[in-house]
Amino acid sequence: MRLEILRRKSREEAPYIECHDYTPAEKSETVATALTRLNAALPDPIRWECSCLQKKCGACAMVVNGSPVLACDARLSDYKNKIRIEPLRKFLVVADLISDRSVLYENLRQLRCWLPAEAEMREGAVEIGYEASRCLQCGCCLEVCPNFDPGGVFAGMAGAVPLSRLLAELPEAERGELSALYRRHVYAGCGKSLACRNVCPAGIDVDGLLVNSNAAAVWKRLLRRKKH
Amino acid sequence: MKRVVIIGAGLAGLSAALELAKQNIGSDLVSLQPSERAQSVLAEGGINAALDLMGEGDSVAEHCADTLRGGCGLADPAAVRSLTEAAPALVRRLRALGVPFQTEGGRLVQRNFGGQKKKRTAYAKSSTGKAVMTALIDETRKFEAEGLVCRYPHHALAELSVEAGRCAGALVRDTYTDEALLFSGPVVLASGGLNGLFPGQTTGTAQNTGDAAALAFAHGAELGNLEMLQYHPTTAAIPGKRLLVSEAARGEGGRLFVMKGGERRYFMEEIYPELGNLMPRDVVSREMARLDGQVWLDLTGLSGAVWAGRLPDLREELRHYLGLDPAKEPVPVSPGIHFFMGGILVDASHRTSIENLFAAGECACQYHGANRLGGNSLLGALYGGIAAAQSAASRAVERKGPEPVGRIPPEPETPGFPELLGGILYGGLGILRDGPGLSAALDALDALPADTLADAERRRIALGRAMLLSALARRESRGAHTRSDFPRRDDGQYRKTTVAALRNGEITISFRPIPEGGGADAT
Repeated sequence: MRLEILRRKSREEAPYIECHDYTPAEKSETVATALTRLNAALPDPIRWECSCLQKKCGACAMVVNGSPVLACDARLSDYKNKIRIEPLRKFLVVADLISDRSVLYENLRQLRCWLPAEAEMREGAVEIGYEASRCLQCGCCLEVCPNFDPGGVFAGMAGAVPLSRLLAELPEAERGELSALYRRHVYAGCGKSLACRNVCPAGIDVDGLLVNSNAAAVWKRLLRRKKH
Repeated sequence: MKRVVIIGAGLAGLSAALELAKQNIGSDLVSLQPSERAQSVLAEGGINAALDLMGEGDSVAEHCADTLRGGCGLADPAAVRSLTEAAPALVRRLRALGVPFQTEGGRLVQRNFGGQKKKRTAYAKSSTGKAVMTALIDETRKFEAEGLVCRYPHHALAELSVEAGRCAGALVRDTYTDEALLFSGPVVLASGGLNGLFPGQTTGTAQNTGDAAALAFAHGAELGNLEMLQYHPTTAAIPGKRLLVSEAARGEGGRLFVMKGGERRYFMEEIYPELGNLMPRDVVSREMARLDGQVWLDLTGLSGAVWAGRLPDLREELRHYLGLDPAKEPVPVSPGIHFFMGGILVDASHRTSIENLFAAGECACQYHGANRLGGNSLLGALYGGIAAAQSAASRAVERKGPEPVGRIPPEPETPGFPELLGGILYGGLGILRDGPGLSAALDALDALPADTLADAERRRIALGRAMLLSALARRESRGAHTRSDFPRRDDGQYRKTTVAALRNGEITISFRPIPEGGGADAT
């Protein structure tokens, strides 16, 4: 098969396409395997980030044939004869397939994504906390989000999911500040396209988490206001 | 502000940073990748603590005794006692930080794990490590906002500054820009296990190269029990690595069998009627290595509620990577390298043999002796990080951020070298090993073209050589170390820590008595 890889020596240099004719050794090979095998023979190895190789860490997120995926999750046999591999496009490219995803972490700091008080682990909170804990911070959801721009106010699903854990686990009296941040950085900006749902490599139930967070941070507040 | 630099941002590194923050001491958290990519997120089954929530009369003393017994007498009894005493409060703390441990009727529940008769393992379905890491990452962020914790992701340890047996700081390189930064003061290594020596053969992550331990070794740090590699009995080969089938699957009722004469033989249940499939990992893997034919893990007896409520990620993973539904058909499994009990030798306070250098988590040799019990790795990393931070705190130095010291270009990597080295070591250090096999592997290392290799590659060879020499010197069988030419356990000579050190350019191996303080339960 033919692999087209968008390469770039550094942030300052111009990108170019490098093509390789590649024969998988096994049917189960993934894009990650192909990159490893190609690199073993290349004098100028393709730079990419990789860690767990079993879609639990999010390191190897990249764009394959136009869609964001984890390279360790993308089986070659699922594609036709030509595969185009590019870095994630919403972040600054460092080199080759490496993007600087530090904006993910800057956003979480801005969202004050931590527990300001002890968690209250009610049964429902355990389920939501678990689902939200599974977020890889890979950035795939932001890649396809029509509303997310790095540097913008909207934090995207990569911010919404971690917040949903906190909103579910905090006692109601402690949710005020996080709720306000959620409304500003998530609720107000999400266009509900839910494009993120289809690309999340962890298959996180983003609709369910949004419903819970909206209930905790938006609707309860409105209902309370009505009562008064 | 007083500061300490921590190399590694997995569970041990985060735990150290949080402990330092608690004492109002700043930390610089250096890691190749963000914490979300650390190997700690792969831990599946759970974390052990004698919380005694299951009405079985569990106790700290039993957790301590099981850990020491599982470690086959090589763990430091006083250190294990501290670890197990701290465990219940640590798990309660994790729950307060919002770790979604499994509950029933609002109460935390615990599951069975190998080598322990009591249900002692608290868990978040089959992704406990991920859930614990998410909570600690969020908690650490709070201190990042206060400026107490500064993160340096995409930074690699380039050099340790060691003079006259004392560590004065760490030089790190930004892998995105090549810029070099010097962090002065005490250093905590929390760099993970030595997976880089065995590419493709471990369940861990590729980024745990072992290079930090190799660097410490090159500077004279003692390494302990390097021959103790844990082969996890239930793994499967997938592209680029071994996939773990969590011990929790057996804790929930999974059964191992082989086919003999057209019938299933549940060999673990036959040989070990009491603990059966839940014998410690060293025992199960050894039995599997002695069998002919494919071993299968039968999980078809697990209820739908167990799959959905306790092991959903495992089922999805096996479907995805092995193309089979474990609820409907048995899973073919074989042992794979899962954990390094050995590493940088530390005392109960997590001090290495180099002053001002501390180590915690899987890169350190502490708590697990000759074989680690499932559920004790998250605990060891969490507690070890705290203990290392407490020791480093008294050495913290007043300084601002790091000092920029120019640029360091990336070291060239020799294509194919990791696989070549890995093949040699894997050949010598199988589940069953013997003198001739280990000597042959040492000869093969001698034949490598060391002159043409990069410094880091030469250091990896030295680390591998120390591992082989440790295995060769231990002329007995104990825990994860089974010598087919010395099948008996020899407490008289070898109930000791194997110590590897580099002295005047030569690797020396010696055996050091286990620290006192264990009493009868230590063996």
